[in-house]
Amino acid sequence: MDDLLREFLTETAESIAVLDVELVKLEQNPNDPELLHNIFRLVHTIKGTCGFLGLPRLETVAHASENVLGKIRDGEMSASPKAIGLVLKALDRIKSLLGELERTEAEPAGEDSDLVGQLNALAEAGDAEETAPATEAAPAIESAPAAAAESDPAPEPVKAQAKAAAGAAAPKAAAGVNGAKAPAAEATLYERFGGESMIDAMVDGAFQGVMADPSVKPMLERVDMDVLQGHLRDFLAKAMGGINRCKQGQLKRAFQSAIERGFAAPQFQAMMGHVDAAMRLLEVPADVHADVVKVFATVRDEVMAGAKATAPAAQGAGVPANGQPAKEGGVADQSIRVNVDVLENLMTMVSELVLTRNQLLQILRSQTDSQFAGPLQRLSQVTSELQEGVMKTRMQPIRNAWAKLPRIIRDLSHELGRKIDLQMQGQETELDRQVLELIRDPLTHLVRNAADHGIEKPEDRRAAGKPEAGTILLNAYQQGGHILIEISDDGRGVNTARIKQKIVASGLATEAELEQMSEQEIHQFIFRAGFSTAQQVTSVSGRGVGLDVVRSNIEKIGGTVELRSRDGRGTTFVIKIPLTLAIVSALIVECGGERFAIPQMSVLELVRASSNSEHTIEMINDAPVMRLRDRLLPLVSLRDLLKLGAPEGNAAKDAYIAVTQVGKFIFGIIVDRVFDTEEIVVKPVVPILRNIPMFSGNTILGDGSVIMILDPNGIAAAASGERGAAEAGEVATHGEREVGDEERVAILTFRAGTRGPKAVPLALIARLEEFDADKIETVAGRSVVQYRGSLMPLVPIDPSCKPVESGRQPVLVFADGERSMGLLVDEIIDVVEDVLKCELTVDQPGIVGTAVVAGRATEVIDATHYLTQAFGDWFNRSSAMLEGNRQRRLLLVEDSAFFRHLITPVLSVAGYDVTAVDCAQKALALCEKGVDVDVIVSDIEMPGMNGFDFAAAVRSSKRWSKLPIVALTSNTSPQQIERGRAVGFDDYVAKSDREALLTSLAQTMAA
Amino acid sequence: MSNEIENVNHADGEVAQGQPSRRDVMTMVVAGQLFGVPVLSVQDVLGTQRLSRVPLAPNEVAGSLNLRGRIVTAIDVRKRLRLPPRPEGDAGMNVVIECSGGLYSLIVDSVGEVLSLSGTAYERNPATLDPVWRDISVGIYRLKEALLVMVDVARLIGTTRAEAA
Repeated sequence: MDDLLREFLTETAESIAVLDVELVKLEQNPNDPELLHNIFRLVHTIKGTCGFLGLPRLETVAHASENVLGKIRDGEMSASPKAIGLVLKALDRIKSLLGELERTEAEPAGEDSDLVGQLNALAEAGDAEETAPATEAAPAIESAPAAAAESDPAPEPVKAQAKAAAGAAAPKAAAGVNGAKAPAAEATLYERFGGESMIDAMVDGAFQGVMADPSVKPMLERVDMDVLQGHLRDFLAKAMGGINRCKQGQLKRAFQSAIERGFAAPQFQAMMGHVDAAMRLLEVPADVHADVVKVFATVRDEVMAGAKATAPAAQGAGVPANGQPAKEGGVADQSIRVNVDVLENLMTMVSELVLTRNQLLQILRSQTDSQFAGPLQRLSQVTSELQEGVMKTRMQPIRNAWAKLPRIIRDLSHELGRKIDLQMQGQETELDRQVLELIRDPLTHLVRNAADHGIEKPEDRRAAGKPEAGTILLNAYQQGGHILIEISDDGRGVNTARIKQKIVASGLATEAELEQMSEQEIHQFIFRAGFSTAQQVTSVSGRGVGLDVVRSNIEKIGGTVELRSRDGRGTTFVIKIPLTLAIVSALIVECGGERFAIPQMSVLELVRASSNSEHTIEMINDAPVMRLRDRLLPLVSLRDLLKLGAPEGNAAKDAYIAVTQVGKFIFGIIVDRVFDTEEIVVKPVVPILRNIPMFSGNTILGDGSVIMILDPNGIAAAASGERGAAEAGEVATHGEREVGDEERVAILTFRAGTRGPKAVPLALIARLEEFDADKIETVAGRSVVQYRGSLMPLVPIDPSCKPVESGRQPVLVFADGERSMGLLVDEIIDVVEDVLKCELTVDQPGIVGTAVVAGRATEVIDATHYLTQAFGDWFNRSSAMLEGNRQRRLLLVEDSAFFRHLITPVLSVAGYDVTAVDCAQKALALCEKGVDVDVIVSDIEMPGMNGFDFAAAVRSSKRWSKLPIVALTSNTSPQQIERGRAVGFDDYVAKSDREALLTSLAQTMAA
Repeated sequence: MSNEIENVNHADGEVAQGQPSRRDVMTMVVAGQLFGVPVLSVQDVLGTQRLSRVPLAPNEVAGSLNLRGRIVTAIDVRKRLRLPPRPEGDAGMNVVIECSGGLYSLIVDSVGEVLSLSGTAYERNPATLDPVWRDISVGIYRLKEALLVMVDVARLIGTTRAEAA
């Protein structure tokens, strides 16, 4: 390609990127002359160069755009969304032409008369064209910016033109409005002025000017302009003697936040200027005009009472908008354009230099007293500095990856009919060029996603009590060797319920599994392939491709992406990526006679395992594991994974474990030996090796040998079978939690009915009794027995079971207050202390699920089921008895489904209206929803938010801060109890102790 | 990048339509059979090299080696063509070739001279040729004392990839 053309393409592409951003800015600040000037200059340059290179199509389009911009610059036209939209369209056309030009090195055939025609028509007509089809009051609004220009120190001719342009449209409005309501001589000012519609037109017109006025606008940024204008209209209507809709003080409140931001007398004066201009535009008669100004004096008294007279600070806030740019030119002279290939090449050379340096240093280490020592030290240092310098040339501010976003958001907000404010922080954060390229698409995707899924429609936002305009905030900052990028929106948040539906529908997990997961874990499912919860597929997103690609792209460069969401409050994606990819610090290990590099970034620690040390490798059904600080660490044998062949001798027991973390998944990689860490240059593998997921690349070590770099992501994925790494992470955290859950409880095992052994937690049973068969009577088809002076119903485990005919009948007695119920069993086997890990089943009445108790599969019975069989009104009756009038509402927070099933009946029996939730987040959500409860019982060890944090959160909440909270836990050490009290628990009860819980509840409630 | 691809295409094109013209071919022997590759695609010829194993790689990938700071992936041509392995103690020669952006080394038994072959001696693959061979061969040159199989380097390496996938 011709050098000249190449240069032109690069330069124009850059200019267009800038233009995209600047035009969107201009749309927001239509009166910024500096912006306008810059835009005009860029378009002008493009036009000029195209003409010079003989590219007529490009030139024509650029020329027509320049015309429109020229009119705007000269004040003959306002920078309306329509005009900006058209110019942006022209830019898009230029872009596509340039793309074609780059491919074919020739301007494509065809013509652009459609677009050019529109541009020219717009330039011809100016604002008149725009205002023509507008509604009654609109002309005043549309032309007001031009009118407002009068209050700016604009040169005289411009002013005149503005007046002419505005004047052309204005009389129509004035006549129309005034004509409808002819003013009467003795009428009130309200009627003379022209009534409500004139007030509306004036206020709208004035505020159009105010919002474009840099001396006032900053103070009004946080103010809801609709509310403010509405109140102002009401106030004016009343003050002029019209309808009184005005509430005391509402106008003042509307202005409050503006006043806090420095809105004072000078700003009010400026606003008056705009009011003045608007009235002149509406051709209000002079006497009426003067009276209205007087009315505004009462507005000032109302609004400004109590406002600080701190003008200097306020003015300071307004100035930078004008004084900021102008330092650009200097920077440009200090930089040159370098082809990326040159830099890449330089980088490779430096990498080689680093390796050679390492090699030399290694040789030097084996030689004492070498005369090369001094010079080599120096060489080493210079090499390091050179490496750093070259790395710097590859660094680019993240701004470059963000540049396209304002335009995308603008287009999206138009397309979707939503108001979106894009804020970007930390734009100067620097990233390696290569990394930047790789995250550009994921970032764009996430931002589009936030706009499409996150931000609601304006009416929905208003209904939810949020400002109409949604905010998408991009924030980038460096943290250690990583860059963190947050993309947050204040939209509706992730719909957990819908994700759950989708998970179950697509068979990724069962409802029971979901039950065990925290909200956060559930949210991570949206990163799965084919997972989209958008109900409508829009052109923007919702096709279910994307978030999984986002995740895999980010993980490819050693980064992670996480989602945090609060229902109704918004969503935040956090991307964490390494600063650079080219050189990484790696741990060199040996396995099966081969050396491998593991990126240091993902290695947490190294553990030596041997048969006679504290750490040994143990096997569970051929799966190696290791106990590490009271946790079971899953292990992966690198030898097996890479099929490196059987080890010689019995060295297998002597190994090193590299404890590695991928996302939340922590696992150990078994290797034979561990060497040093080394700085390595990551080189991609050749295409034929690219589909081996265990390797992320290869590298050359200091001694010149080639070794493979292990990819912890790939290993994690392989280690956990078919599942991806992140899913494996979920499994791991699961396991972790279940370990915490595994508290031993006393369990009664018995035999009843046809099937195998059954079990019930001993805590639920009041007594074990045996009755003589002849004591058991049958009343109305039900078995009863006289027991402690009253009749106790006996319930069989299933209808087919009958009490024994002769001998003694064992019975489990469940009791509550004065009433008791007996469950008929065949045989009581044992009372064992064991971990009750219950697999839930749903389809069988009377059974909670199955668990392995004392090594046997055992059905755990559902006590509630039998209690209600005995007394249909068991729960109601007891509650009525205990409370008298109202049931006390109890919120149970317990992550283990089993314990929820266990405790709920106990508490219900005791007369509480129990609401059970499986995690602290859900409990807090109830609080936010405004649910009232009387007491909270909470587990301590829970996934996500633990009990301590939960108690602290409850204490700091408004609604529930005074509620009694009882901790329910297996760990009742004095330290724990102390900690619990410190964060606000009223009492601390062991999980297995039913009586203690009820006593504690009674006491806490009474207190 | 684009240059390399052009080179490869160029080389292929030359073979396909360049029958009347002469071309320079580097010859090599694998299991007694004479093979040829375009001499311009050859970067280096090396003696026996120390190779690092690449676990899980396709069978014919013998390992990787370091050639002046660049990583070269070695392909054992005998394994690729399903020929019996070289006798014990004979590690063969490395012919380093650049192909679609990567450096590969073809491990052959021995390397012969560079010949300038005339297009008149060129013939298409005989129909009876083994499919594996037909796949990597672009044609046969009739030399006086032997037949030379002209290797399509991209295929020799590229099919490797297809098989692995």
